[in-house]
Amino acid sequence: MKQPTTNPAIDKVNRGLRRRYRAERRFRICGATAIITALCFLFLLFFSIVANGYKAFQKTYIQIDVFFDPAEFANENLATANFPGLVKTSMSSLFPEVNSRGDKKELFYLVSPGASFQLMQLVKNNPNLIGQQQSVWVAANDDVDMLLKGHIDRTRPETERRVSDKQLAWLDALAADGKIKKTFNTTFFTSGDSREPELAGIWGATCGSFYTLLITLSLSFPIGVAAAVYLEEFAPKNRWTDIIEVNINNLAAVPSIVYGLLGLAVFINFFGMPRSTPVVGGLVLTLMTLPIIIIASRASLKSVPPSIREAALGIGASKMQMVAHHVLPLALPGMLTGTIIGMAHALGETAPLLMVGMVAFIVDIPHGFTDPATVLPVQIYLWSDSPERAFVEKTSAAIMVLLIFLFLMNAAAVYLRKRFEIKW
Amino acid sequence: MRTSYLLATIVVLACASYFLGRSRAFAVSRSCGGVRGLHSLPSHYGMWTALWCALPALLVCAVWNAAESPIITSLVVAGLPADISSLPPNRLSLIINDIRNIISGNITSGTPSPAIMQAAEHYRALQAISVNAMSAVILAIMVAAGIAVRNRISPALKARNKVEKLIQILLFLSSAIAILITVGIVLSVLFEAIRFFKVVHLSDFLFGLSWSPQTAIRSDQVGSSGAFGAVPVFAGTALIALIAMLVAVPIGLMSAIYLSEYAGKRFRTIAKPLLEILAGIPTVVYGFFAALTVAPFIRDTGGLLGLSVSSESALAAGLVMGIMIIPFVSSLSDDVIHAVPQTMRDGSLALGATKYETISNVVVPAALPGIVGGVLLAVSRAIGETMIVVMAAGLSANLTANPLKTVTTVTVQIVTLLVGDQEFDSPKTLAAFALGLLLFVFTLILNIIALYVVRKYREQYE
Repeated sequence: MKQPTTNPAIDKVNRGLRRRYRAERRFRICGATAIITALCFLFLLFFSIVANGYKAFQKTYIQIDVFFDPAEFANENLATANFPGLVKTSMSSLFPEVNSRGDKKELFYLVSPGASFQLMQLVKNNPNLIGQQQSVWVAANDDVDMLLKGHIDRTRPETERRVSDKQLAWLDALAADGKIKKTFNTTFFTSGDSREPELAGIWGATCGSFYTLLITLSLSFPIGVAAAVYLEEFAPKNRWTDIIEVNINNLAAVPSIVYGLLGLAVFINFFGMPRSTPVVGGLVLTLMTLPIIIIASRASLKSVPPSIREAALGIGASKMQMVAHHVLPLALPGMLTGTIIGMAHALGETAPLLMVGMVAFIVDIPHGFTDPATVLPVQIYLWSDSPERAFVEKTSAAIMVLLIFLFLMNAAAVYLRKRFEIKW
Repeated sequence: MRTSYLLATIVVLACASYFLGRSRAFAVSRSCGGVRGLHSLPSHYGMWTALWCALPALLVCAVWNAAESPIITSLVVAGLPADISSLPPNRLSLIINDIRNIISGNITSGTPSPAIMQAAEHYRALQAISVNAMSAVILAIMVAAGIAVRNRISPALKARNKVEKLIQILLFLSSAIAILITVGIVLSVLFEAIRFFKVVHLSDFLFGLSWSPQTAIRSDQVGSSGAFGAVPVFAGTALIALIAMLVAVPIGLMSAIYLSEYAGKRFRTIAKPLLEILAGIPTVVYGFFAALTVAPFIRDTGGLLGLSVSSESALAAGLVMGIMIIPFVSSLSDDVIHAVPQTMRDGSLALGATKYETISNVVVPAALPGIVGGVLLAVSRAIGETMIVVMAAGLSANLTANPLKTVTTVTVQIVTLLVGDQEFDSPKTLAAFALGLLLFVFTLILNIIALYVVRKYREQYE
């Protein structure tokens, strides 16, 4: 029973309707495109990192037969024994036909310089080896590793690749004999930094990150919670507390590198604290995470309903008892969530640590708060600057490890929130 | 390590004194008819004792540690032979460094002379004396304070009020640290910047068109002029931030609108956390992504189109920085769009407007102040961002608006000027602090405006 409309206004609306719906659709598609673009970037980022780095978890080894010549160990001191010589002799025995000096150099290049340390470690652990023949898997040089992982193109002309035709032939012979294998790269997880990609690992940086974060956590959590409790529960509403509040909000948005300048000028130049150490790094990160923790803790305190406070005060608790016995326990999960997020932030932070000298090249694993150390993101930065192709792979792998740590921390925060969040 | 042992001892002693005070409270309560006769709970008396035990000890420990090194150094310097102690200050500080290196077992510069070895021995002896003295003093303080407070415990002592007052003071001090941090930032950056402006005139710095902060070691060196005109650096920062905002604002804003107005619940619960992952990725990862993937891609694409693109182009750094800021813009806009009352949308829809018209004519104008505030915060973030530009943007300060060329930014310059060994009397190092001061002041102004706008806006609908 549709009646023809006679109202001109309705007609006008109907005429425009198609155009308006089209605009509606266009807008909606724009929105969806925006989200999909953002998600594509995310995917691309992860893809490029995983694709570049997943091979770093494998490492190439070459098997050599070492004769631990007693003549070499005449001296009591192991460190003076000629381990590089042992490696070279073993390599020569694999290819007796190689004679010229240049060729031998190329041949010895196939194994990592770390091989002689490996032999030294073997003899140290088991002195009975002296005088025996033993087959040992030693790390291959990073160029060999790259070749076997397909990052060096065999078909390119010889002058344009880092592995020569002769070396290719030797490697093929070794592979045919089953003297080359790829196994899980434990070195990557157990050793410190190195100039040789095949010997470099992230354990040193992980320890450095651990010590740095320990300092940050043990300072910023108590101070942050105390500050939040004061501002939320005790502070009178006056100009001073207003200033503190505006101040904290601003501090949360100050560029992180400015905190680095502060650390350099105050902790290192003024107080004379040691450079490159977790203490200074931890202090700088404390200053940086403090505002984050204070803001999160205040939000968490705010969400505790006033009825709890009134009930506690009503039965005669003092204000401090009310806060300590009732409000704090209820607000704690939220505070912990904020703290974990702040710590995740600190774990990924690089720029301020560059300022306080945590960019040094450090081979040793740090064993304390005052040992020179570096942290995971700085290690990533250092490796990304290295020219060797193998370090690209290492950098991506280190990024994956860092992202896994961050993921775990954020998952913990989400779990805490879900598990303990109370809807009042 | 010694300090950590001492701290552990202080904690243990403080715990012990807690129980000491508590049991003393029980003991004195017997004379006045049990615990009920006490003014406060026995645990309050315990805490009162523990606080008096620990706080002075911690204070002495902190002061001692801060004062120890300069005092010992000056004593050692006074004990050095006259020909060494009369050296100019910078040579002297080298020698002191050598002495410290000998003590910590590090490598020294050259073979140390017997006089220096002797001084190191002297230093070590003084250090040992200092450690022993500090431990003795602290232990004495703790025992004396513990006993004194324990003897003062009586049923009338208002332990609870005193403990609570003290804790409240500690809480206040914690929140005052926030102010201290700001003051620290301002002072540390300001002092060095003032020293810089004594060498380079302020107007030369702010309006000079050439930036090459290499100062000469010898006066006849080539390229030793050391030009500190910061305009190219500012222009580079602005260019990269502009590219970043051109990427982040449309994508971030449209995502926020789509998520809050159109998306179904299921899509939202998946897409929103995924977007937030972008915010959680460390900037060094973005930097690596920019340098390894995006920059070569842009360079090669430009090459195909016949453009000459630098491999450290502003476009690559800006694009990746934009990606980093997307979630920042989108979550802030999401917040403000959510704050627009539903009644306003309902009113518009009831008048026959389509959803798009509602959004563009009602929701976005109402949320505009908040969105602008969020964008300002994002700009301040883009300007202060360091790692992406350090890894993907260049070092040469070109004054150009061409996004395919290499530009440099304030943060890149700070990092390159300060990483590595520095001497704190050359304008090269101090220039970094001047740049830092400008960066701080500029982001501070942006933040204050942005936070003020967002706050005002929130109040409007609350």
